[in-house]
Amino acid sequence: MRRWLPPVLVLVGLTGVWQIAASTGAIANALHLEPFLVPSPSEIAESLWQNRSLLAENAWVTLKEVLLGFGCALVAGLAFAVFLHLFETMRRAFYPLVVASQTIPVIVLAPILVVWFGYGIGPKLVVVALLCFFPITVNALDGLRSVDPDAIKMMRTLDASRWQTFRRVEAPTALPFAFSGAKIAIAVAVIGAVFAELVTPESGLGYLIFHDGYQYEAARQFASVFILSVMAISLFGLLALAERRLVTWR
Amino acid sequence: MRQDTKMPTEIRNFGAAGGSSATSARPGAAISIRSLGHAYGELRTIERLDLEAGPHSVIGLVGPSGCGKSTLLELIAGLREATEGEIEVGGARSPAERLGQCAYMPQRDLLLPWFSALDNAALALRNRGIGRAEARRQAGALFERFGLGGFERTPPAKLSGGMRQRVAFLRTLVSGKPVLLLDEPFASLDAITRGEMQEWLAGALDADPRTVVLVTHDVEEALYLSDRIVVLSSRPAGVVEELRAPTPRAPDRDTAVTASEFVTTRERALRALREGAR
Repeated sequence: MRRWLPPVLVLVGLTGVWQIAASTGAIANALHLEPFLVPSPSEIAESLWQNRSLLAENAWVTLKEVLLGFGCALVAGLAFAVFLHLFETMRRAFYPLVVASQTIPVIVLAPILVVWFGYGIGPKLVVVALLCFFPITVNALDGLRSVDPDAIKMMRTLDASRWQTFRRVEAPTALPFAFSGAKIAIAVAVIGAVFAELVTPESGLGYLIFHDGYQYEAARQFASVFILSVMAISLFGLLALAERRLVTWR
Repeated sequence: MRQDTKMPTEIRNFGAAGGSSATSARPGAAISIRSLGHAYGELRTIERLDLEAGPHSVIGLVGPSGCGKSTLLELIAGLREATEGEIEVGGARSPAERLGQCAYMPQRDLLLPWFSALDNAALALRNRGIGRAEARRQAGALFERFGLGGFERTPPAKLSGGMRQRVAFLRTLVSGKPVLLLDEPFASLDAITRGEMQEWLAGALDADPRTVVLVTHDVEEALYLSDRIVVLSSRPAGVVEELRAPTPRAPDRDTAVTASEFVTTRERALRALREGAR
């Protein structure tokens, strides 16, 4: 409880300042804008409530893209990490490329991916999955590589097969690393999904924000942003919770 | 909270306790090493080393730091290939066959933090395909005798250094291998706990004899626990001197290590160690 209090107080304070600054028109005046372009927190909350079914519909679309894309990346990333770990030559060939590929701004590939994969959920899944794949693979592989070589020797003299050593020593050692990768991935997954929706305006919160920009629906834009952050924080929290339940020895 | 390291006396006088069927009367295996040589590339670690150990005997290896003692243990275990010479363990010559004869206890306890003390001890049984319940029952039967009763479900991080070392030793013993290779098993413990653990290991080995190769940098420890100690030279390691221990694994350690014969032998060993280090 004590731990939560300071950030909550800061948040309440900032919201209060924003409320006063926006409702008195101070921000709008300073920026030389029409007041309706600078919604106050209470107006955003009102918009959130009034547009709840529209927002929920689009949030569901985005959430689906995030979860499916992340799920694909999780399975593929873990499998690829294990593959590279088992085959030293493959690891040497691929690992530098996997690390280097993290510098590619996958998000800006979205327009090309739309051309390749057409409209619909396809290109969004690809963007999200590509974004998630690398942190998961790199972290899981680092985890597998961090196994104490003496522990492997110990397992060999205790008659362990390759699979038993993997299951009882290597996989548990790598688990916290894989969770770190997954937590990084889920945070970027939401950003990736929204960006992909901006490029292919059909549905989803990214699309809604894009659309509302033309309609000057500033309050609803902020409501969408609010839902996106709640989504990202919740998904991150769920992963952290799963980690606490599974990694009991730390 | 770490657990108290104090051990009740009946555990120190381990030999008096009845032998459990899980570990008693193992067939012994002899170790025979002939003109062994090993090198990491250009770096020669072991040169023309000969060593014999009869079934159920305890051999202590002492030598200067970095002289290749741990490498020697890994060679015996079959974890490494020798560059020259021959190693035979219980009739097994190839590294893969030797691996079947030897259980290796590394310097650090290397208990797996995701398993309880009991599941760590039962690791070899689980690897052999024995079901979890049965493996726990077999390993658990020894917990009381090892002064670990009541700590079966405790995670390793909550055990004291001495208890962790006992669980690690139990894990090695439960493997049922005729040869135990112990690499500085008590190096990480404080002096008091180390003395207690030496006395405890002496009892454990008398109750359940195995062929043991014990690597240590502590001459007193080697001389107290072993039948015979082998002093190695600095790299490339070779045998400087072999000494018979006067009172191997005497029930009362403090008396044994202060007896005049023990002290004389210890001084001889230390002299050999200094000569070999040159």
